[in-house]
Amino acid sequence: MEEIKLMKGNEAVAEAAIRCGCDGYFGYPITPQSEILETLMALEPWKTTGMVVLQAESETASINMVYGGAGCGKKVMTSSSSPGISLMQEGLSYIAGAELPCVVVNVTRGGPGLGTIQPSQADYFQTVKGGGHGDYKLITLAPASVQEMADHTVLAFDLAFKYRNPVMVLSDGIIGQMMEKVQLPPYQPRLTDEQVREKCPWATTGKHGRKQQNVITSLELRSEEMEKINNRLQEKYNQVEQNEVRFEEYFCDDAEYLITAFGSCARICQKTIEILRSEGIKAGLLRPITLYPFPTEAIAKFAKQVKGILSVELNAGQMVEDVRLAVNGVTPVEFYGRQGGMTPTPDEVVKALKSKLIK
Amino acid sequence: MAKNRGAVVIDTERCKGCQLCKEACPSKVLNMNIDANSKGYHYAYMETAEACTGCASCAYVCPDACITVYRVKN
Amino acid sequence: MTLEEIIKPENQVYGKTPLLTETPMHYCPGCSHGVVHKLIAEVIEEMNIADKTVGIAPVGCAVFAYNYIDIDWQEAAHGRAPALATAAKRLNPENCVFTYQGDGDLAAIGTAETIHACNRGENIAIFFINNGIYGMTGGQMAPTTLEGMKTATCPNGRDVSMEGYPLKISEMLALLDGTCYVTRQAVHTAASTVRAKKAIRKALENSMASKGTSIVEVVSTCNSGWKMTPHQANKWMVENMFPAYPLGDIKDR
Repeated sequence: MEEIKLMKGNEAVAEAAIRCGCDGYFGYPITPQSEILETLMALEPWKTTGMVVLQAESETASINMVYGGAGCGKKVMTSSSSPGISLMQEGLSYIAGAELPCVVVNVTRGGPGLGTIQPSQADYFQTVKGGGHGDYKLITLAPASVQEMADHTVLAFDLAFKYRNPVMVLSDGIIGQMMEKVQLPPYQPRLTDEQVREKCPWATTGKHGRKQQNVITSLELRSEEMEKINNRLQEKYNQVEQNEVRFEEYFCDDAEYLITAFGSCARICQKTIEILRSEGIKAGLLRPITLYPFPTEAIAKFAKQVKGILSVELNAGQMVEDVRLAVNGVTPVEFYGRQGGMTPTPDEVVKALKSKLIK
Repeated sequence: MAKNRGAVVIDTERCKGCQLCKEACPSKVLNMNIDANSKGYHYAYMETAEACTGCASCAYVCPDACITVYRVKN
Repeated sequence: MTLEEIIKPENQVYGKTPLLTETPMHYCPGCSHGVVHKLIAEVIEEMNIADKTVGIAPVGCAVFAYNYIDIDWQEAAHGRAPALATAAKRLNPENCVFTYQGDGDLAAIGTAETIHACNRGENIAIFFINNGIYGMTGGQMAPTTLEGMKTATCPNGRDVSMEGYPLKISEMLALLDGTCYVTRQAVHTAASTVRAKKAIRKALENSMASKGTSIVEVVSTCNSGWKMTPHQANKWMVENMFPAYPLGDIKDR
C-alpha cells in the first residue's frame, strides 16, 4: 500500500534520510530548517535503523563531522540555512577535495548577513559557483515540492556515492516549511560494515586485514601531482555534466516565450504560464532540477525557438547569468526577481514578462 | 663492571644528527660521526662501545626511531 | 664479548616498530613530534589494534602524520580534528579513534571543536603537542606561547597586556564532565618517554572502553622555532615550559 502522508518539507527530508539508510546526521539549529534535526531527534532512528543523530556545537563542527563520517564510507548528511551554510564552506571544500560523498540540505533564507528568515534563492551563486576555496563543484538539486524534498534526499545520496562528491539540496524556506502530501520512499537497510568496506574500498574503516592504509586527505604539496588531482576532478565534473542534467518542461513545446525558474519560484511560475496561456500567449516554463549540472543545452535549444526568456528568481539575478551563457545572445534574456523574503505573485510575473519581453 | 653488555645499531640514513641520543646516554657511549650521511647529517655512532649497557635510553628519546638496541647479561 | 656476539636478533631489546613506516619523517632534527609518533605507533602495535584504529591528522607540522604510522588516517581542516573523530568513532564505535593536534590547531582555531568533543565525552583520545609556537608556518605566537617568549609575531616577547595569557587548555578540559583522563607529559628523557607511553596507552584503552575523552598533552620542543639546538631546547623547556605547564595527571577517573 502506498504510504502517503501530509508533512512539511523539512520533515520529509528527515523521514527520507532514515528510510534511505542514512548512517548519520550532524546538524545545528537554524531557522527555517530546524525541523529536520527536531524530526530526527523525535523519530529516534538510532533505536530502529541505528542511524546516528547528533546536534553539533556549530555548523563548522557539523560539516566536519560529516567529513569524518563520509571518510569512513558512511552515508552522512547535514542541513542548515544560508548563514550556517556559509560557515560550512571550508568543510565543503575539503570534502570536495578529498572526494567524499555526502548530502547537505540548504533551506535558504534571505541575506546577506543575518538577513531574514523568510525564503530566498540568493545562495545560488554560493552553491553552484564554488562557495569555498579552490576549483570544485557541488552537484546541486533544487526541489520544488515536499515530494521532491524527500525524493531529492534519496537521489542526492545516490549521486554523492556515484561520483564521490558532495551534493547540495538547495531548497528554500517555502519548500522547507510548507505542508504537502508526500509519498515517502521505501525503507532501505543501512549498509553493514562489510558492505561499506566492499562498496567504499577507499574508506577509513580501519584496515581490517587490508595491506595498504587508507588516507582521506585533500593535501598534495607536489604541484605536478596536485595538477593531476585537479584535472581528475574536472574530468569527474565533465562526467557529471554529461550524465546528470535534470530539468522539467512545462508547456515548452510550442512556447514563444520561456520562463526559467527553479524551486519554489518555479511553482509560482507554473500559475503564470497558465494565466499567459489563457490570454493566448504561448509561454512555457523550463525548471532546472539540477542547478549544477545546469541544463545549458536544453536552454540553448529553446533559445532558437522563443522570442525571449525571462529568468524569475528570489534574488537579485543569479541563475540568469547561466541562462545568458546558455543562450549566448541568440534571444533576449530578461530577469525578474524579488528579494528579502518577498515572493512574486503569478500576476506580477505575467506583468513582468509582458513589459520586458512583449512590450 | 656493568651488569649488562649492550650495543646499538644506528640507521645512519634515517639519523638526522640531532644529538639527543648522545645527551641521553648515561654511559657517554655515543658521539656524532665526522662523516655525514647522504642528507648531510652527522649521524650518531658508538664512540666507546665497550661502555654500552644496552639501557636503550638513546633509543627511547630518538625522534626518528633509528636506534636498535641489543643487550646481553654479562 | 665482541659486538658481533651482542648484535644478534635474539639479543634485541628495542627497535623501530614495524607500524612506523620506512618513510623518513619530515620533522626537523630533534623534534618531539617524532618521539610521540613513535610512542603512538608502539602502543597501537602492542595493543594489537592497528586494524581498527583511525587517526585524525591536524593542520600544522603533523599534517603528514599519515605518512609515518601505517594505519587508516583522515586529514582534517585546521582545528576540526575532534569533529571528524566524533563522527568516525560514533559511526564505527568498535574502532579506536584518536586525534593528533598541535597547540594552534587544538587551542586556537579548534577550541570550540575540542571543548565540545570533550564535553560530549566522545570516546576518543586526543594527543596534544604543546610547544608554544606555530612550527609549520614559521614560528608565530601560539595560544600557549609563554609570557615574554619571542616568536615571529611577538618578536619582543609575548606581552600579556596585548596578547593575553598562555592558555592552560588541559586544565580547562579537565573541568569538563566528559573527560575521563587528562594528563601532561614530556618526551625529553628516557624516563619521561616511558611515562608518556603509559599515558598514551591509557588514553587509547579508555577510548576502547568507552570511558569518555582522554587528553594527553605532551609539552614539546620546537628547536627550529625556538632557534636553539635540540639539547638547548630540552633544557629551555624544563626551565621555562614546565613551570607554566607542570607535568603529571590533571584528572584520572
